[in-house]
Amino acid sequence: MDDGRMEADLDEQTPEQHRARYEALRAQAQAKEAAQPRDMTAVPAPPAIRPETVIEREIVPGGWYSTMRVLRGQTLRLVNIAGNPGVSVLIWNADDTSERYNAGDTVKLQWTTRLTRGRVLFSDMGRVLCAITEDSFGASDTILGGSTPASNVRQYGNATLRNSRDNFRLAAGKLGLRRADVPPAITFFAEIGTEDDTTASAGRFRWRDGGLPGTLVDLRAEMNLFVAISNCPHPLAPGPAFTQGPVEAVVWQAPPPAADDLCRSFGEEAVRGYENTDRLFAPGRAA
Amino acid sequence: MSDLVSDLVSGLAESAAILDVTVPARAPWSAILKRGQTLRLIDLEGQQAVDALFYNADNPTERYSPQDTLLEQGGAYIGLGTQLLSNEGRPLVSVVADSCGRHDTSAGACSCEANTVRFGHHTRYMHACRENFLLELGKYGLGKRDIVGNVNFFMNVPITPAGELAIVDGLSAPGGHVDLRAEMDVLVVFSNCPQVNNPCNGFNPTPIRVLIWDGPRWNEPEMAKVAQGIG
Repeated sequence: MDDGRMEADLDEQTPEQHRARYEALRAQAQAKEAAQPRDMTAVPAPPAIRPETVIEREIVPGGWYSTMRVLRGQTLRLVNIAGNPGVSVLIWNADDTSERYNAGDTVKLQWTTRLTRGRVLFSDMGRVLCAITEDSFGASDTILGGSTPASNVRQYGNATLRNSRDNFRLAAGKLGLRRADVPPAITFFAEIGTEDDTTASAGRFRWRDGGLPGTLVDLRAEMNLFVAISNCPHPLAPGPAFTQGPVEAVVWQAPPPAADDLCRSFGEEAVRGYENTDRLFAPGRAA
Repeated sequence: MSDLVSDLVSGLAESAAILDVTVPARAPWSAILKRGQTLRLIDLEGQQAVDALFYNADNPTERYSPQDTLLEQGGAYIGLGTQLLSNEGRPLVSVVADSCGRHDTSAGACSCEANTVRFGHHTRYMHACRENFLLELGKYGLGKRDIVGNVNFFMNVPITPAGELAIVDGLSAPGGHVDLRAEMDVLVVFSNCPQVNNPCNGFNPTPIRVLIWDGPRWNEPEMAKVAQGIG
């Protein structure tokens, strides 16, 4: 590597200039987050799906998984009909499965672990896989993600119960993918917290809440997607009974985003993420 | 910490190291760490993030899993005593010494593409960790699909009770170090982070130093106990 050349490319700005830019971006993101509603009952109820817009409907039994193909502009609705404490999700770009959900980028680029209505899920390529256009539960977790054989032992004392790690491997396998294609996941209908830095247990995870029958999440595809749904509880959901009920998954044709679409305009990071994504579908390019 | 572990940590004389290299600022590095060997990562000038990936050297689709690791330890940060677990829930390496106290594993590695979103399209053509990872993994026949969530040694990313996550000034002092003991034969891949758009490197990437020592000849039952966290 030619260090002299790289130095010239990288150090156009001083550390002080980089810091000032970073602090400005952070302050802007904090202000935007602070303005978001915390009480989802104060948010208008998600619209009912008109029957003629339904493309596919599936009931996934408790413990099981399914894969759905969701094309750009379509929306996947997950309806938590049983009030399950978590339903886990993984997403790949159906046109190039090496591009997939990236939990680290998703929290880092949006400056928050609080992924709910208005936020987006990022791929590893700086592009938006999907937008969270509705979330009547109001919380999710992508720091701990889905359940594993070990978490089932801890919560339920039973390693043979179904778990999200194996469900995702099975879902990936059905798509012709392998263990290496299964990255960290996100779990909806689950809220966790971390202990404050001022306490001796700084950073310890706490289970806060899960479930709530009838709540739903809408994920609007921003590229053509394979979505794996694992209907298993969040790994911190309290036992001792594994009572996961069915979850409903509906693919439907959503209306085109309005000019003031919440997710597309959430912040300047989202705007740039969409600029990267829309280039894949530029007029004249075969999608 | 068990006596076994503290015995191992003490008495690692630099002159006895079987490898001692300085990795230049912004560069990648990798090696196969044999089971029982200890790797020391030194932040020579302070506040230098080092992005790290770990793979089972014999079967690299078994690799580091941040979610398994955090779930098992029940807390959000990597530090002394953390076992870095694989996607099979097995320990790859253990943190057996740590002068820093907190390392991140939730914020991922920087990339050219993510930089455009975070900092603007003008930052696309700046060197990034995932460029380092791709080049280094390629030497082992691995590629983009093998890049998963990583550890960010010496990087400070508090997660607040309200859920905010941001990279803030590093806690790592010049000469700070972390010692990792291999619990199986492990491919270790580092990116000495080149990022200048956030505080992870004090806005000034600097070199790091890596030392490796052979492990003591422990008998297998003792080794197995430590690997299971009961030693």
